[in-house]
Amino acid sequence: MMEYNEERCVIELQVNGLARQVMVRPADILLDVLRQELGLTGAKPGCKNGDCGACTVIMDGWPVKSCLVLAVEAVGHQIMTVEGLGASGGKTSSKSSSAGTSAGSSSGNADSGTGNGSGNGNGADSGYIDPVQAAFVQANAFQCGYCTSGFLMVCHALANQKPDAEEYEIESWLESNLCRCTSYQEVRQAVDIMLGRS
Amino acid sequence: MIPVNFAYCRPGTPEEAVQAYEGYEKAGKKTWYYGGGSEIISMARVGSITPEAVVDLKEIPACCELKEEGGHINMGGALSLRAIADSQCFPLLGKAVGRIADHTNQCRITLGGNLCGTIIYREAVLPLLLAEAQVSLQGPSGVRRLPLQEVFDGRMQLLPGEFILKVHVPKRYASMPYFHVKKAPTEKIDYPAVSLAAIIEKGRLRIAFAGICTYPFRSKEMEEALNDTGMTIEQRLNKAVELLPEEPADDAHCSRGYRQLLFENMVGQALMELSKASEAGAGA
Repeated sequence: MMEYNEERCVIELQVNGLARQVMVRPADILLDVLRQELGLTGAKPGCKNGDCGACTVIMDGWPVKSCLVLAVEAVGHQIMTVEGLGASGGKTSSKSSSAGTSAGSSSGNADSGTGNGSGNGNGADSGYIDPVQAAFVQANAFQCGYCTSGFLMVCHALANQKPDAEEYEIESWLESNLCRCTSYQEVRQAVDIMLGRS
Repeated sequence: MIPVNFAYCRPGTPEEAVQAYEGYEKAGKKTWYYGGGSEIISMARVGSITPEAVVDLKEIPACCELKEEGGHINMGGALSLRAIADSQCFPLLGKAVGRIADHTNQCRITLGGNLCGTIIYREAVLPLLLAEAQVSLQGPSGVRRLPLQEVFDGRMQLLPGEFILKVHVPKRYASMPYFHVKKAPTEKIDYPAVSLAAIIEKGRLRIAFAGICTYPFRSKEMEEALNDTGMTIEQRLNKAVELLPEEPADDAHCSRGYRQLLFENMVGQALMELSKASEAGAGA
């Protein structure tokens, strides 16, 4: 039985394909540990109440809101943040012909969306643009970009888990995230591009 | 950040979970069984609860089971709502849990967590009450299996140290015609003003509600009235309002009057579904 009874404990997390040791309190949430202990600031603190989705990361292939996951719960599971998009096992399955390989796009703020190549142990190839990122660029699916990494994570999981998702499924997955700039239409278009439907 | 410290453990068997719970309690720690964690984390973050130890049930294989056996669909208490909805094992339950929170949260929220939650809605219970589900409860004295309605009196009545190991749904209910509607005051993803689940069995309506009162319920008296073809639809609706177990809830989320209006409209819709099903010969 796995037990953490001390005030602080050392745990090993598998993040973006790499094993990372961190010292945490069992009560620490994954979001804070990713950002403060591992420097992976792509997951954003928004509501910190599971409502906005800005902190979404992937756990074992499914999206989770990292503000509602304890860091200790992630032990033994594969975590992927936006920084890991494109890393081994972190590529988005895409039916789009234009996405997945181009580099050097002016796709905005690396900290808030594109993530890769930031050099803090993300495991992604420098310059690689993942299909989901390319689709967001093509559809201009962001304005301020604060929600972008969360949307990218949800869309990445959607493409990999449900590549033939029906319209109602896409809608249901996207409803998990809020965009205060209301770029919803563009995000929806990006999903169509990513899934090769546009 | 959660401003309190607590111990965390992740047992591999139900017996280990109970042992861990008892060990923490014996050591004077206020202990919570932990499912998806959304309610415990969000409440601990604002100081509404101060757990001193949590026992995570998600990696106990029996709690994650989903299989048919002996005429029942057995669902582990730590199954995620998403897994239940995706499985289509019980479409009405899938529909109800597919409207709890949002898709990403459904990947975390567990069936047992929703049933035992402190939030007043607990909508996963509605289809289970209609389907005469049973629950297996694991506790210090072992496992006891009993009808859900015996241990659900507005909320789960668990003994100290107990948790929901499995829920058992008689398979025949999974294929019956059903009706589900949830109305929220503003957004689609919100707590319900009123949530209604119904099954049509042999031309009779079984019906359960969340949101209208301060706890979810199924009322057999109300079902009797709604199935009484000797009354007009309007008379049946009036009777249903009379038979509410308490006054409709009245809070900042939704006013009493609005809840009652929605309730009447939704029950009216359910009666129309019943009449359509009868005409089509369904549910015979």
